[in-house]
Amino acid sequence: MYAFEIERPTTLDAAKAAIADGGQALSGGQTLIPTLKARLAMPEKLVSLHSIAELKGVSTDGEGRICIKGATVHRTVGDEAGAYPALASVAARIGDPAVRNRGTIGGSLANNDPSACYPAAALGSGATICTDRREIAADDYFKGMFTTALAEGEIVTEVKFPVPEVAAYEKFIQPASRFPLVAVFVAKFADGVRVAITGASETGVFRWAEAEKALSDNFTPEALEGLKMDPDHMIADLHGDKAYRAHLCAVMTKRAVKNAK
Amino acid sequence: MKVTMKVNGRAVSGEVEGRTLLVDFLRNDLRLTGTHVGCDTSQCGACTVHVDGKQVKSCTMFAAEADGAEVATIEGVAAPDGTLSSIQQAFQDHHGLQCGFCTPGMVMAAASLLKDNPKPTEAEVRHHLDGNICRCTGYHNIVKAIMAASGQEMPAMAAE
Ligand SMILES: Cc1cc2nc3c(=O)[nH]c(=O)nc-3n(C[C@H](O)[C@H](O)[C@H](O)COP(=O)(O)OP(=O)(O)OC[C@H]3O[C@@H](n4cnc5c(N)ncnc54)[C@H](O)[C@@H]3O)c2cc1C
Ligand code: FES
Ligand code: FES
Repeated sequence: MYAFEIERPTTLDAAKAAIADGGQALSGGQTLIPTLKARLAMPEKLVSLHSIAELKGVSTDGEGRICIKGATVHRTVGDEAGAYPALASVAARIGDPAVRNRGTIGGSLANNDPSACYPAAALGSGATICTDRREIAADDYFKGMFTTALAEGEIVTEVKFPVPEVAAYEKFIQPASRFPLVAVFVAKFADGVRVAITGASETGVFRWAEAEKALSDNFTPEALEGLKMDPDHMIADLHGDKAYRAHLCAVMTKRAVKNAK
Repeated sequence: MKVTMKVNGRAVSGEVEGRTLLVDFLRNDLRLTGTHVGCDTSQCGACTVHVDGKQVKSCTMFAAEADGAEVATIEGVAAPDGTLSSIQQAFQDHHGLQCGFCTPGMVMAAASLLKDNPKPTEAEVRHHLDGNICRCTGYHNIVKAIMAASGQEMPAMAAE
């Protein structure tokens, strides 16, 4: 690792000032520390969000949305977001217990790994991503692999999830990394169904419009019969080629519909 | 920068750089070499310790982040007279280790599981060990040892 300093502010205002002063946010470090070890980043100063009480916790707002503060660790979401079971189950299956004790929702959404779990949950739920500056709808937030609508130094402070009638997250695990090879988040709302897929596309998390349409008319696995994902924009790597991932998209979507609750 | 923390109940302090990993502080500064570095890429769990009661990978946390925290490592698990903890004893009784490299992390992971879930099922034990890799044992005897440490028998397994 290159040398850098670490600051540990205890308020959001102090963190904003330190980041504006050239610092980079350090949340759980479960992505950033491996990146620093590989010398893929060279910050002069890291600003830890871990000691900022106002950036932690799970609550429900007046509209019934589950609101998760940006530096809340996956384990807390798994334990405390039970009012939205599919969301709690996403968090409870990320990585392993040690990763869940450190890694946070803000770090995951800021990083937007093309195989990460929270982007699928946020896009699939139509969540709102709140920052120190504005509120961004999930549909406007994800901009491709490792790319988001966040500006330089913008901090994810909270994520608000509307709670669907039923939902499920089906994760086909890549056993070495424990990230999804392909995973699908399906959520059925009164006004329609959302299907978000991670791990599959070269453009990062995306919604599968054809499946959403079919499922909005008829929320059963059979409604997906015959629907095929176009393999063209799929990721190909040593774990699976384009056709394999395209196939998994359909299989995991069906499973998610079957298991939605 | 200066960091101060409690490690296995003892107050310690030292000078670290921002980039000093917790595992390097434990091993190089405090000479607590029971915590192992197996991969250094956050995959293997050999470096598992507890920070404020929560299991973490000490290769994926900075020493500066543990300033003011309570850290527990494998060195603090046995009694001061050397008597093994029930988990450690179960690992010995059930051959839960061969080379022993993964064992400190396995024991720390097992301790954190049994603290939250004193009577886990076999599936829960295996799920909890997702982040701990062992190249030797094939895991069966590790799972058996943790089941035994929780006071449960494990049914014979297909591979036996
Ligand atoms: C072994 C292993 C297995 C994993 N398995 C999975 C998995 O199955 N599914 C999955 O989704 N993820 C997985 N992860 C990734 C994990 O969930 C990370 O915790 C997460 O992606 C990043 O969150 P973090 O809090 O650790 O962020 P950090 O590593 O601290 O930061 C990541 C990036 O986000 C920025 N950042 C952090 N917080 C904020 C914020 N609030 N606002 C703006 N920018 C911010 C940082 O500057 C940095 O660029 C795994 C990681 C490991 C090590
Ligand atoms: S050395 Fe920390 S996870 Fe392998
Ligand atoms: S006993 Fe050798 S790695 Fe587990």
